[in-house]
Amino acid sequence: MGMEEALQTFFVESHELLQEMEDRLLAIQGLVVDEDRIEAINAIFRAAHTIKGSAGLFGLDGIVEFTHVLESVLDKVRSSQLVMDADMISLFLKCKDHVSLLVGLEESGGVLQGSDQATGQALVAQLSAYLQAPQTNTVHEEKTHPAITYPHLDPLALESAGGGVVDNDNWHISIEFGPDVLRNGMDPLSIFRYLGTMGTIVQVGTFFDRLPGLSEMDPETCYMSYLINFSSEADKTTIESAFEFVQEDCKINILPPHSRIADFVSVIKGLPQHDLRIGEMLVQCGTLTERELAAVLAYQAAQESGQNSTEAGTKQPLGEMVVQAGFVQPAVVEAALQKQSQQKKTKARQQQSIRVDAEKLDMLINLIGELVIAGAGVNIVAQRSGRADMLEAASTLSRLVEEVRDGALNLRMVQIGETFNRFQRVVHDVAKDLGKEIELLISGGDTELDKTVVEKIGDPLTHLVRNSIDHGIETADIRAARGKPAQGKVHLNAYHDSGSIVIEVQDDGGGLNRDKILAKALEKGLVESVHEMSDSDVFQLIFEAGFSTADTVSNISGRGVGMDVVRRNIEALRGNIEIQSKYTVGTTIRIRLPLTLAIIDGFLVRVGQSHYVIPLDMVIECVDLPEENLNSSKGSNYFSLRGEVLPYMRLRDTFEIDGESGRRESVVIVKYGNTRAGLVVDTLLGEFQTVIKPLGKLFERIKGIGGSTILGTGEVALILDIPNLVQQVVRKDHHESSRLQVRH
Amino acid sequence: MDNTDQVPGKWQVEGEMTIFTAASIKEKLAALLSASSRLEIDLSGVNEIDTAGVQLLLATKKECQAKGGDLTLVHHSIQVLDVLDLCNLTTIFGDPVVISSN
Repeated sequence: MGMEEALQTFFVESHELLQEMEDRLLAIQGLVVDEDRIEAINAIFRAAHTIKGSAGLFGLDGIVEFTHVLESVLDKVRSSQLVMDADMISLFLKCKDHVSLLVGLEESGGVLQGSDQATGQALVAQLSAYLQAPQTNTVHEEKTHPAITYPHLDPLALESAGGGVVDNDNWHISIEFGPDVLRNGMDPLSIFRYLGTMGTIVQVGTFFDRLPGLSEMDPETCYMSYLINFSSEADKTTIESAFEFVQEDCKINILPPHSRIADFVSVIKGLPQHDLRIGEMLVQCGTLTERELAAVLAYQAAQESGQNSTEAGTKQPLGEMVVQAGFVQPAVVEAALQKQSQQKKTKARQQQSIRVDAEKLDMLINLIGELVIAGAGVNIVAQRSGRADMLEAASTLSRLVEEVRDGALNLRMVQIGETFNRFQRVVHDVAKDLGKEIELLISGGDTELDKTVVEKIGDPLTHLVRNSIDHGIETADIRAARGKPAQGKVHLNAYHDSGSIVIEVQDDGGGLNRDKILAKALEKGLVESVHEMSDSDVFQLIFEAGFSTADTVSNISGRGVGMDVVRRNIEALRGNIEIQSKYTVGTTIRIRLPLTLAIIDGFLVRVGQSHYVIPLDMVIECVDLPEENLNSSKGSNYFSLRGEVLPYMRLRDTFEIDGESGRRESVVIVKYGNTRAGLVVDTLLGEFQTVIKPLGKLFERIKGIGGSTILGTGEVALILDIPNLVQQVVRKDHHESSRLQVRH
Repeated sequence: MDNTDQVPGKWQVEGEMTIFTAASIKEKLAALLSASSRLEIDLSGVNEIDTAGVQLLLATKKECQAKGGDLTLVHHSIQVLDVLDLCNLTTIFGDPVVISSN
């Protein structure tokens, strides 16, 4: 791994850590159990700390400087000297944003703007205030930390103490560097220098036993081992983090200074991910000395030799024996055991995922798209040849291609949960700005959808959530008057439904006021009469450009820009959006999106000489058009399907195709959302793997066509935009029926 | 076998002794070593040294001693002193060093 790559890894990891920090910060208020809180605080601290440490390795001083102050405050929180309240959480969130900004600037090579610099300084000032003003929590602190705890010395005090630090209070770090450390762009010396910023390096012992003579050595291989006597107040994780970039190919042992049992337990939990045997762990933690362990081992060996002839399975575990012998407290062993099983688990998890450049994935998908088209070509040639063996080979090939395609598309699938979780922050901030109390519920976070879709859905969703909070959820007094709990609820939900993914933004707020929307629409000339409009038609009006019913314009929303943009964004993803709302009860906004944007299973049909593809997920069944409807294009356009009225449209008419339809016509019944409709075609050609090619700019606006694809013969087929067609059918049907009503 | 009367091979290193220059420095040192097992290396021109550089010096020292000679380091630059001090290697090389007042 070169330096540049390492730096990229740093950026990626920093963003992840910052995200975790934010998630934890937002979650912390809801945590009641002390242990959970402590764990969250530790995680937040670790995130800040790791970023600082890694940034230090790369010499990104700006980030180090800022995160150092942040870390100091977090450290006080961690040691219970400060209590994390809502103000502090908000401050930390702002700090997280600032670090994010700093990291982003390093990534893009940008320069810190004056205003951002001022923000940074203001944040540092706020943080420093916490550092200077000791809160009156010292009593609490003493309760949790018995008198034996080692004093929290500041570096200054340490220096003035004159270097007379007792050996026992020092950390002992032994590290054997792997051969590739230097080649990977890491220098042990810079790690030591970084370590020096966390405490005092009392002594470094250099061991070069592995180093051969000059003629035999490889100048770029690392042969060095070191033993470092290190005096620091930093904790194990902190010290460990200095070795983070090399720990994979190095053998590192970090021995903590003499300490309390409770500290040992936490230290065992913080051990690096080495496969350590429990005895070694205990010695490492200093709980047992080498001599004590040797005694225990000897005891075990003696017992074993006594039992050698009997069952080997009855061997007493070392951990148990250590406790029995009275050397350590059970709690310590338990923590050690827990750590061991945890290590196994993380190891298993680590192997489960790898990072891949998104570009490589896109390239793969493109290639597979071509492969699918080429495969279709092979199929056609095979069919023409009429040779059975050729046909068989071709069918095997297409089955495999299909599997490869599904697998490749699956690679691009990501869970929407992460996107949802981002909204915790949005809700927190916006609710705070507006002085409302709002809880965000998330469900269906494990629903998967295409990465590109996930990326593009963020902005529209943010807008909808903000809208829900600002316009949807009422102020506390109105809520009380309506008999609702003071705390408003916004619910984000996602699920799969017939080839689409549905994302819902639901709130228990005021709902949409139909009359108000209609009045506004009339005023703006968007509708001519208020009669005969269904609720959903009325609600769709709020997606018109420049439409806002808010009485007051807040700085969050209400200017009437936005909802139209939301709809455009969703439609650009071949999705649609619908609203269900009940005045004073709440609103549900439902976004329906296609699962993927690249390749779909299609259903190929023919009308005249043209081929059309219908996304297979939306096809419910195919039936023959009933005789009485044959050749009656001018007549009714619905028929009875097993007693149900089914509206249909003739694609021949819709796309104005010349020629007469054949003797038989088939109806493909499609479903979108809750609506079903029939599409009349000449011939059904069956399933077809469809690689979606976008239409040119010229054809983008054509209703009813969603894209194009290339058939195996090289011909072009158009992909039908079913949502749009279904709407057209239903609307036509609606007109017909209202005309009928007028006649009556 | 005593090589002390052998004329020491002298060389002044210029620039950095790091992973980037390690390969070429090694070749140079190996050439010097094949001529004489007593080397005197002037480090005044070293403006940067890392673990790779330190390793080279240690390996040279080892090989010199194995052949009955020795490696002497002279005129350490501040950068070199700094690193030797950090790694506690000054005594291992055993060369007199000049500690500057600042």
